[in-house]
Amino acid sequence: MNASSTVRTGTGPVRRPSEVWRLLESVHDPEIPVLSIVELGIVRYVALREDGRVEVGLTPTYSGCPATDVIRASVRDVLAKAGHADAVIREVLSPPWTSDWITEEGRRKLREFGIAPPADSVSSPRALLGSAAVACPRCGSTQTERVSEFGSTPCKAHYRCTSCLEPFDYFKCI
Amino acid sequence: MTRTAATVEGAADPVRAALLRYVLRLGDTSLVLGQRLGEWIGHAPALEEDLGLANIALDLIGQARLLLTYAGEIEGRGRDEDALAFLRDGSDFFNLTLVEQPNGDFGRTIVRQLLVDAWQLEVYEALCASTDRRLAEIAAKAVKETRYHLRYSAGWTVRLGDGTEESHRRVQTALDELWPFTVELVTADEIDALLASRGIAPPLEELAPRWNARIDEVLREATLQRPADVPYAWFGKQGVHSEHLGYLLAEMQFLQRAYPGARW
Repeated sequence: MNASSTVRTGTGPVRRPSEVWRLLESVHDPEIPVLSIVELGIVRYVALREDGRVEVGLTPTYSGCPATDVIRASVRDVLAKAGHADAVIREVLSPPWTSDWITEEGRRKLREFGIAPPADSVSSPRALLGSAAVACPRCGSTQTERVSEFGSTPCKAHYRCTSCLEPFDYFKCI
Repeated sequence: MTRTAATVEGAADPVRAALLRYVLRLGDTSLVLGQRLGEWIGHAPALEEDLGLANIALDLIGQARLLLTYAGEIEGRGRDEDALAFLRDGSDFFNLTLVEQPNGDFGRTIVRQLLVDAWQLEVYEALCASTDRRLAEIAAKAVKETRYHLRYSAGWTVRLGDGTEESHRRVQTALDELWPFTVELVTADEIDALLASRGIAPPLEELAPRWNARIDEVLREATLQRPADVPYAWFGKQGVHSEHLGYLLAEMQFLQRAYPGARW
């Protein structure tokens, strides 16, 4: 868990944006612990400012997501341990987060964790109508049905597989 | 009504004063509806609907936070989202009267939700092109969530309306009783007009037919009768509320009033 010690080889704070990105890969969404915030697509940019401070832009998945504050605190913590206690964290609203920003690696991890990743791109007409085929993350069957548009967190809906009969979470496509 | 006009006309910068009022209208509407939906937690007819209503409430409160934070910055008197949510009295709230109406049964909550979701969707879609950049950014975020809310409320309206005799009767009654509160959704006052003239807010006369069409489509599928329009209009958006808002605020604001400055 202590990513800062593996990245920092010298004595000074990390200097390159790529090192900051690597640090951020150690920060996880508390509600989906299998995903890093980079894989979730909520880190919008990393910059080294002229005054030497690191600046990180984060975007919320949903406006009311309670994990947002925890994530911001975790980012601050990780950066402080890497020598950037004065890091600037900005909230980026535009463009708004979309589930299309979840990386391929992130989708694979979600599936392995038992959460069906978004079935489509948001630009697909099927996604717009909410009719995309959702595959069961356990048996792979697309014989699934939606139990409820809403699930255990703002970003998930509740599904059931009619082949293996297991209920599962589906990451909403927005 | 005259109070609103005086406040805005007397301001040094009338557009800025109108913008503040408009952002409070949107923010208060989301906040009050979020609080109402939160009352369902632990009481909804099924676990899935309990989670559904709570999730919608969460989105609404998230939107309210963005809007009230912005309102505090426009106002420039150092009030943040919490001060605006917890330390204002009823006549300083500018939410739509519709959202403060009690939950009633699940069907009534769904009808209220449908009417508001369809309105918010039109407003936020239009605000994405607002000349006010911050408002456009907030709208772009909110519009995605709102589209999802409408799918839920429209789906349930159809199931209940076109369901059993009992469910049909209940949602039709709810629709009839809530309908008078929809007049202010599509009736512009001087604040709406001033902001529309600057490209900040959408002209309500252009938005009204789109809202009506959306509602009519759902009502048709739900086999519900669109109620006749009524001459009397409520204007919660001008701070003139029904008797229900005070009770809601008493509960929502209790902690901050009793223990000023209390934090988690």
